[in-house]
Amino acid sequence: MAKVVVVTSGKGGVGKTTSTAAIGAALAQAGDKVVVVDFDVGLRNLDLVMGAERRVVFDLINVIQGDAKLHQALIRDKRLENLSILPASQTRDKDALTSEGVAKVIAELREKFDWVLCDSPAGIERGPALAMHHADIAIVVTNPEVSSVRDSDRIIGLLDSKTERAQRGERVEKHLLLTRYDPVRAARGDMLKVEDVLEILSIPLLGIIPESQEVLKASNVGVPVTLNAPETAPARAYADAVRRLRGEAVPVTIPQERRTFVERLFGRRVA
Amino acid sequence: MAFVVMPEAPLAVWLEALRAQIARAPGFFDARPVIVDCAMLTAGTEGVATLLADLEACGISVIDVENAAAIPGADPWQRRLVGGRPAGVVEIKPAEVAKPVAEPAAPSLPGLIVEDHVRSGQSIVFPKGDVTVIGSVSSGAEVLAGGSIHIYGALRGRALAGAQGFARARIFCNRLEAELVSIDGFYKTADDMDAEVRGAAAQIRLDAGRIVIAAQR
Repeated sequence: MAKVVVVTSGKGGVGKTTSTAAIGAALAQAGDKVVVVDFDVGLRNLDLVMGAERRVVFDLINVIQGDAKLHQALIRDKRLENLSILPASQTRDKDALTSEGVAKVIAELREKFDWVLCDSPAGIERGPALAMHHADIAIVVTNPEVSSVRDSDRIIGLLDSKTERAQRGERVEKHLLLTRYDPVRAARGDMLKVEDVLEILSIPLLGIIPESQEVLKASNVGVPVTLNAPETAPARAYADAVRRLRGEAVPVTIPQERRTFVERLFGRRVA
Repeated sequence: MAFVVMPEAPLAVWLEALRAQIARAPGFFDARPVIVDCAMLTAGTEGVATLLADLEACGISVIDVENAAAIPGADPWQRRLVGGRPAGVVEIKPAEVAKPVAEPAAPSLPGLIVEDHVRSGQSIVFPKGDVTVIGSVSSGAEVLAGGSIHIYGALRGRALAGAQGFARARIFCNRLEAELVSIDGFYKTADDMDAEVRGAAAQIRLDAGRIVIAAQR
């Protein structure tokens, strides 16, 4: 039975697209059939982060409007054959998304894949509403700072009231993914602590992704961080989060960068 | 902003009306500078000699007397303030005093129970009675009740109790981190709350037109 997952946050720039790519790749590495869908019509980015931007022919809007078949728009990942991407249109805007069209595409994707990962645009309007509408599971991406936490709280409220599941009287399974977490700054009090965020949002924690240069590097070369540098701290954190998403009980830790003995001696970082 | 009071003869009746007004709204003159305008009085008016003392006894802090010719001994106060502008008139009529203010009946309907958290942007409106929230009320969320509000989690947003004019309504929460609390239209923002009540379990009620927060550590 396929699961539709929305990666959402309310606030922009917290790491939705990066997380969608990293989680999608890690799920595919585990052997599941995965599609990542970019709902950010007009501001598409997922194709870049996945390194598929040079192979886009048709997009989500073409499929919704009947100009192309779904299989024509799906792009298969070059590294993992069970990972596909459905790009958004860059030349249209979010009004081109119709709820019937989205429902049809999601239903079709459900038949073909084990996981349908929807990368939601920021905000609370039409685009994000349609991205979350069919979700069974929501991954709420939050940075440890107050504005991001409040926006996530707003999104959780919408997940509980506006989605298809909520309207049927069921619940969307919600998980918190805390990104760009810096334990040093949190200890100094410059950042909200994990327990503070959990206390406010009160949804289960899927994972804590540490702040790292590796994430930016991976985005720039167009490879999900879980494939580009699997031994780095953020990649291991994403991998752990994916194991939890697949139902494994993995204790939550904050992976640290592994350093050699010499680096430990001399490479003391200046915060 | 300073208040101007304008005593009229007979002074005994005017003072009685003033005391009744203060009894209805004890906070009315608190920490407010008051100017006494004696334009309606003459030196012969009965009780004029003790007027300043009587006002002080009511808890009114007089900062200046205008048209002070009527009051003996008020001269040293005069013309300390210049450049004031009139801002409106609050009339205290003796006739109003006797009229008892009918308290609206307490809402008697069963309350509303909210099983979950009230998330940012959500608004619970229940003008008919009490609201009980099992979870927390997030920053940016609001709960409005005709009766009292009970929150078993943290109150981080707004709670407005007794919203249709019910001064006996109260707000209870397990953790007070509210942005704003209001009872019967009187309100207090986070800025005006004492630091020691923040984060504590609290009961909020209205005492003679003033929001009182009692915290329990």
